[in-house]
Amino acid sequence: MSGWAIFGQAVVVLVGGGLVGLFYRGVDRKIAARMQARIGPPLRQPFLDLGKLLVKETVIPKTAVAWLFSAMPFLAVLASFTALLYLPLGPFGPVLEGHGDAILVLYLLAIPALAMALGGFASGSPLGVVGAQRELVMLMSYEFPLAVVLVAVAWRLSELGLAPAFSLGTMAQNPLWGAVGPLGIIGLALLLVSLLVVTPAELAKIPFDIPEAETEIAGGLMVEYSGTYLALFYLADAVRTVVMAGLVVALFIPYGLAGRLGLSGAVGDVVDLAFWLFKVLLVMVVAVTTVRVGMARLKVDQIARGFWLRITAVALSGLLLLVLDKVVMG
Amino acid sequence: MERNPEGENLEYGALEEVFEVPIGPIHPALKEPIRFTFQVRGERIVDVQIRTGFAHRGIEFMGMRQGRNLIQILYLSERICGICSVSHPIAFTQAVERAAGIEVPPRAQYIRVIISELERIHSHLLWAGVAAHELGFDTLLHLTWRVREKVLDILEELTGNRINYAIPIFGGVRRDITPEQYPRVWEAIRYYRGLLEELLDAFLRDPTVEARTRGVGILEPKEAEELCAVGPTARASGLRKDVRQDRPYLAYSDFEVKAITPADYGLTPVGDVYDKIVVRLLEVGQSLDIIEKALENMPEGEITSFPKIPALLAHLKKAEGEGLGWHEAPRGEVIHYVRLVSGEESPLIWKVKAPTYSNLLSWYPMFEDQEVADIPIIAACIDPCICCMDRVYIVRNGKEETWTKEELLRLSWEKTRRMRR
Repeated sequence: MSGWAIFGQAVVVLVGGGLVGLFYRGVDRKIAARMQARIGPPLRQPFLDLGKLLVKETVIPKTAVAWLFSAMPFLAVLASFTALLYLPLGPFGPVLEGHGDAILVLYLLAIPALAMALGGFASGSPLGVVGAQRELVMLMSYEFPLAVVLVAVAWRLSELGLAPAFSLGTMAQNPLWGAVGPLGIIGLALLLVSLLVVTPAELAKIPFDIPEAETEIAGGLMVEYSGTYLALFYLADAVRTVVMAGLVVALFIPYGLAGRLGLSGAVGDVVDLAFWLFKVLLVMVVAVTTVRVGMARLKVDQIARGFWLRITAVALSGLLLLVLDKVVMG
Repeated sequence: MERNPEGENLEYGALEEVFEVPIGPIHPALKEPIRFTFQVRGERIVDVQIRTGFAHRGIEFMGMRQGRNLIQILYLSERICGICSVSHPIAFTQAVERAAGIEVPPRAQYIRVIISELERIHSHLLWAGVAAHELGFDTLLHLTWRVREKVLDILEELTGNRINYAIPIFGGVRRDITPEQYPRVWEAIRYYRGLLEELLDAFLRDPTVEARTRGVGILEPKEAEELCAVGPTARASGLRKDVRQDRPYLAYSDFEVKAITPADYGLTPVGDVYDKIVVRLLEVGQSLDIIEKALENMPEGEITSFPKIPALLAHLKKAEGEGLGWHEAPRGEVIHYVRLVSGEESPLIWKVKAPTYSNLLSWYPMFEDQEVADIPIIAACIDPCICCMDRVYIVRNGKEETWTKEELLRLSWEKTRRMRR
């Protein structure tokens, strides 16, 4: 594919990803409000919020390390949008297929979190520092189970002789559910569960919103951010939600509709793309919206010591079952 | 935060150094201005200083010194607190009635009891919602506040207002409960009876709420007793302490109120935040019982012994003496002291002691060795009412002053001498 074609696709995907991310944020807020017996904001509210933030004054505190403080929002946006380019989009493969693999996506997902933590440290506010410390503790807790899930899927794919096994494109084209025995299916289910639990943590949503924790540390690492910078973090967060949900879809529910309906060509692609968007929305509602409506905020030690040990255990036993399945069933 | 001089290495050093984390006077965790200064190591609280005085409005001064008559002051007392807006007037009217020797007809006493128990329901539900919000559980906040609307509607039906009911007056109450209103109150009681089990279930059997409140902010029974904690704060520690039970007033002796502790729910009282939720939710049920009994046994008769306001004012102007009024407000015991002088419209002394003032000190043991994440819920768990509590704040020449017990004692002696002269 020529450079210009890739560039064109990338622009479409980036703009589309941003729009979908913001729109889904609106859907998330609406559904959450309905569950809480409220009316909730209109679906376009995230766009209004973003627009309002962009015209507001951007304040950099005197005590902040100004260059670091200002660079971090851009880094967060850059990383989350780049991750979009490595995501299989339903009928279409990743835009940058072959230029990076799932491990890169892991890093791209971690960078916004790191950027927020650095921004918190650089803000010169005690609340920001506390929030940043919490973000780092969280990052250390959830990255391992997330990596275990990816490695397990990639390993099983390589055992099937598929290459490149670490590409999200390969993972999305070869759903594992049909390729493994009963033990493997249980293993995959466990991996799916741990990935779904990691999702709200990755996105720092309740019960894992401790880095921001409004009532405790008044917004934590976001406390000093305002105006354009806050808007950028807001946008990065919305896009990251789509990437994270897209990751779950690519790994575990990459099925399309077009084949089953007997559609092909452009119509099939449109149907599949719509179906993919629906799946992403579904994952978001299940893993983020319902969870954040149904739970209280946990404490950092409850997350780090108690909770993550269990999720890591679940992910590892999923991996173990996959291995056993391969060894026993051949 | 003022960093320790050596505390430059943030990533690692911060976990070892003691940091100063200021919370307040304005902070999302606080509904009213008060300042906590925490010494924090990592996420652990090492020490705390509490500074009050940001919400002082000088209400007692307005009552005593500006030529207001007692009826005007009654409405002022209602505005000491937005939530306890019948508790303060009930304590105040009792103080004045004792000082002036006024009898209250039984029916008026019953109506006062009903309104104050309805207020307890709305206050406890409000608190439960706030507590859920402090825990980051906004769904529970929205649900509790939605069901709280019912009791506010009933209060509006009975008094004309959601808060600031203007019901008690010296010698009785200002509005009767009419026969048409009874069925609506009964309906509200049935509504809450059906809901109570659901509320208990939502709060007490939710794993995340339990994880965040069990063992958090413990107030040992001994500490509660020594620090003179009152209300649900003391009862959650297992002290059977309730003014309605210990020194019954109004018609409360008819209802045989028993102080509620977590033991009534089959738990061993620990004194943590969880127990405080238990006590407050159970007290909603207790208030329903009291209202039911009051409605069933409501005596007939007058609702005030002074139907004419000028006659009441004339009587009060002649009165001479002192009186103490007390009431179990939703947050605990509230006390009003009044001294009347014959020939004066305003009282010589009007002193208010709100429940939060007694519970303030119990914050210190509760915060000890807790985590930063627990600050909001511990701050909220005594149901602090800062505007009730801030009674004195001294600023002279732009500087704040703190007076010690000895200085205050000396001042009060001087004042007594002046008055005798």
